[in-house]
Amino acid sequence: MTNRKGKIDFLQGNDAIVEGAILAGCRFFAGYPITPSSEIMESMAARLPLIGGVFVQMEDELGSIAAAIGASLTGVKAMTATSGPGFSLMQENIGLAIMCEVPVVIVNVMRGGPSTGLPTKASQADIMQARWGHHGDGEIIALAPWSVQECLDLTIKAFNLAEEYRTPVIVLSDAILAHLREVVRVPDPEEIVIVERKRPEVPPEEFLPFKANESLVPPMATLGKGYKIHYTGLSHDERGYPTDDPENYKKLIERITAKIRNNVEKIASWDMKYIEDAEMILISYGSSARAVLQACINARKQGHKVGFLRLITIWPFTEELIKKISENVSKILVLEQNTGQVLHLVKEAIGNRAKIYFYSKLGGEPFTPHEILEQIRRILK
Amino acid sequence: MKVSPIRKYLREERLPTIFCPGCGLGIIMNATLTAIDQLKIDINKIVMVSGIGCSGRIPGYIKVDSLHTTHGRAIAYATGIKLANPELNVIVFTGDGDTGAIGIGHFIHAARRNIDIKVICVNNLNYALTGGQFSPTTPKGAWTYTSPYGNIEGFFDLCELAVAAGASYVARWTVREVYNLINSMKKALKKKGFCFIEVVSPCPTNFGRRNKMETSQKIINFFKEREIKVKDAKGLSREELRGKLIIGEFVDRELPEFTETYNELILVSQKKFKEPEKPGLAWIELEIRY
Repeated sequence: MTNRKGKIDFLQGNDAIVEGAILAGCRFFAGYPITPSSEIMESMAARLPLIGGVFVQMEDELGSIAAAIGASLTGVKAMTATSGPGFSLMQENIGLAIMCEVPVVIVNVMRGGPSTGLPTKASQADIMQARWGHHGDGEIIALAPWSVQECLDLTIKAFNLAEEYRTPVIVLSDAILAHLREVVRVPDPEEIVIVERKRPEVPPEEFLPFKANESLVPPMATLGKGYKIHYTGLSHDERGYPTDDPENYKKLIERITAKIRNNVEKIASWDMKYIEDAEMILISYGSSARAVLQACINARKQGHKVGFLRLITIWPFTEELIKKISENVSKILVLEQNTGQVLHLVKEAIGNRAKIYFYSKLGGEPFTPHEILEQIRRILK
Repeated sequence: MKVSPIRKYLREERLPTIFCPGCGLGIIMNATLTAIDQLKIDINKIVMVSGIGCSGRIPGYIKVDSLHTTHGRAIAYATGIKLANPELNVIVFTGDGDTGAIGIGHFIHAARRNIDIKVICVNNLNYALTGGQFSPTTPKGAWTYTSPYGNIEGFFDLCELAVAAGASYVARWTVREVYNLINSMKKALKKKGFCFIEVVSPCPTNFGRRNKMETSQKIINFFKEREIKVKDAKGLSREELRGKLIIGEFVDRELPEFTETYNELILVSQKKFKEPEKPGLAWIELEIRY
């Protein structure tokens, strides 16, 4: 730590996301104002011109995501940021980015919904929208930071994953993290690993834009370089040409889902504490996990053998990990600020192997360690 | 045998097209490629973007970098492409549904920014690929599957919208005026700014058949009977223009272009910046005009 360069700063989550994005190489931002994500856009408007990047305020969120995808096709790392209502509007074009395999980062600062809901207060209710919001099949990658530092770190990771897997990646922040100010270490650019998309290694006449090797991720040509690629949201063959051939469609969908599903272990990350002797495990993620960890520590002080698992990668869901940790515990408590979304995934992974409890808090106020401790004691009684 | 100069631009392995016999899309594709060929624009630096509908299929037949995007969003995708790489010539093909209905926001906002994108809007007077429903440009009284008692809605004049929003160049032709269309396209391709060319085009399969104009020729005659030049339409009252199809150049003007102004903004942000003496930034006048 002492050898490392970088600088210490005191930032809110929204600004940390901007720091992370710029460090990751983001040079294009398109957005539309929405609470509680607007600071990301404001900060981008000020910062990007200074480094020769492009900021554009679009006419709506449909346009924002479309412009970001368009920019990415020119070889630029591009991003947009929004909150629930805007995230809903982006879904159709997120589907296009999945289908055409375009790297793009979407920050969704979660607030209470449905509809206008609680614009200034937090929720964790867009977990399923992040995965299933677009129509049709397809996989997605979604990361959930729990601190301002992680807002920065995971935004860098989001860009790297987007480039590596040629896919949209969603950062699921929330209204608490957005405006929470914490000490952050902004790393020096030299310390960071940056992943760039694979480029074609053959001349245009030999290049098949949607033919992948065993990685299942095809190299990506840049617009204007003579490759003359046709991108379409229609089912397409390896040349990129539309076709409704059933076999071809099956092959395409299987590949774009497998390129992520087959790499769950590589993509997924989590934070685990006090698991070894645990009789009950608390599963949480995002800003909620902060109070959960404190409650876990307090419970252990009182002699309860409680473990802590925080999901950092929400999608793809780490089913194997959940199965594994449930082998030695009889009880699992899922905590989230919604009416039960990750809960469903945990249930599916665990089946009858452990008893699953759920504690939620709606209304935008954060969990307190005290109320969680009460739940733990009630369950263990 | 003489080979057409535009043949080299086609993805021949994809032919024949899905276009119906008598459709105007082939003429429009031909006119676009002829303009590109005559201007000798580097095809490697052209990106064609389209939305959804019959017109959305055009870029897929041309050997060029191209995007066939979502319904109505082509201009928004094009905005991202042009801003991220202003060296590219970005041509958008849209239809009357894309431009006049689901994507009208992107259309007028791109015109407001005056971003250097060339939009070719194929107005075939109905939603054709979905089987023939009325669109925002369907003539009043026309029969479509969703106006089975005659269309009672008013229509958008897309060219007037583009002019009002601030486009650099706006023209309307029917597929009848191929040479005018090619010339307009050449003007647009050379111009720096948002250019909008509406091409009124026959759809015999859906619009025509249901309105007693079952051949392309009959629809083109219908256009011909109603055409009036922009200059002849000037000064005529709304009543006098009822049922007329105004063709020609609506506007051809020099206005600041968005990517160029954005590059100035980059320089300003990087401290080639004078303290403003009046409200607003010194390099851009504070302007209000309604």
